Amino acid sequence: MRHLFAYIIKHYFFFLFLFLEIIAFLFVVQNNYQRATFLNSSGQVTGTVFNTFNNISEYFTLKTSNVILAEENARLRESQPVSFLKTDTLVYYQHDSLFKYISAKVISNTVNKQKNYLMLNKGSSSGIEKDMGVITSKGIVGTVVDVSENFSRVMSILHESNKINARIKKNDHIGNVEWDGEYYAQGLLTDIPTHVNLYKGDTIITSGNSFIFPEGILVGTVNEHLVDKGDKFNKAKIDFSVDYNNLYFVYVIVNLLKDEQINLETQNETDEQ
Amino acid sequence: MSNSFLGNIIRFFVLIFLQVLILDNINFGGYINPYLYVYFILLLPFEVSGWLLLISSFALGFSIDIFTGTLGMHTAASVLMAFARPTVIRSIGSNREYESGMQPSIHDLGFRWFLTYSLILIFIHHFALFYIEVFRFSGFFNTLQRIIYSTVFTTVLVIITQYLFYRPSKK
Repeated sequence: MRHLFAYIIKHYFFFLFLFLEIIAFLFVVQNNYQRATFLNSSGQVTGTVFNTFNNISEYFTLKTSNVILAEENARLRESQPVSFLKTDTLVYYQHDSLFKYISAKVISNTVNKQKNYLMLNKGSSSGIEKDMGVITSKGIVGTVVDVSENFSRVMSILHESNKINARIKKNDHIGNVEWDGEYYAQGLLTDIPTHVNLYKGDTIITSGNSFIFPEGILVGTVNEHLVDKGDKFNKAKIDFSVDYNNLYFVYVIVNLLKDEQINLETQNETDEQ
Repeated sequence: MSNSFLGNIIRFFVLIFLQVLILDNINFGGYINPYLYVYFILLLPFEVSGWLLLISSFALGFSIDIFTGTLGMHTAASVLMAFARPTVIRSIGSNREYESGMQPSIHDLGFRWFLTYSLILIFIHHFALFYIEVFRFSGFFNTLQRIIYSTVFTTVLVIITQYLFYRPSKK
């Protein structure tokens, strides 16, 4: 036993290295498979640091973000009822709102990792919850995965395990949008039936089949249709409509009827049993 | 010695903030990203003891991990790099003799020595980091290509930083 200790002490550099590497790999494995929610413990500190830095760096991007907001204002003004010619007022219904939007500021963002996340400057105290969708005026961004009191962490669409149910606008066929981990401005549309032909510039929108995103939010446009003979489904390379390297303000989507939808679904499941 | 100790602690924090606040936002061609924070491990003095080298690298990697939300990745790569450092120093050798108080720097050991030294260690670090990140070996060459580009980029930044903080009259 004494020899063992003597041996370990003599080669302590190697054993300490081994020990520290094992700890590091335990972290990696835990982070990969459980997606540990360590935002609550460390998020307050890192969130505050990012927020402080963002308060300064914000001034450098004011011009660009103003232009983006002004463009959006113009578009919203166009879609107001006043700007339409009223030909038939009888068919006009005022629906209850289905979705509510919470505006938030991006305080940290990456696009160069395999698993990219964003941090927003609002959290549970502003009504943000887990599994809410995040969009900008130009298209989808990601899904909220972690919430603390004042910050929330968003899994970007640039994340290998984030899949979004999408639809080809011109013919309503459904597919999945995912990211292959290569270039941040391009993703893949998978599960396209073989009889569907796509051309460069075809628009891809969200399908509305999930509780997260409303229907018809822009995802991107087709860049190249990748036809693989013999496969049941084809893929297409798409250009994302949002420049993910250039995010300032985003909207978190609150689905007001989500609980009702989920209740109905679980009710069906219990009925079948 | 105490002066160099304080200097290293300041460098530790400055590099972490530089990395997470500024350098993480840089990416050329979509995925080439510099990791200048390893400069801290490169510049630790020669006579630093083994445990301090490993533990401080662990702390460095762990701090970066907390900010980027990638628990374990940078820690594992930094510790591996720290472990390889003594071996690399021994195997490169130098035509100048190592003296006490010498730092691994261009000023003390020359440009060629420093370039080889940092290139090898940065490559080891990036190799570990990028493969842990993808966590699979499919797309091996795609990842290798990213590793090589980023290694070159980080090394260039390290050399530039060396010249920026060049202090000719050290002694």
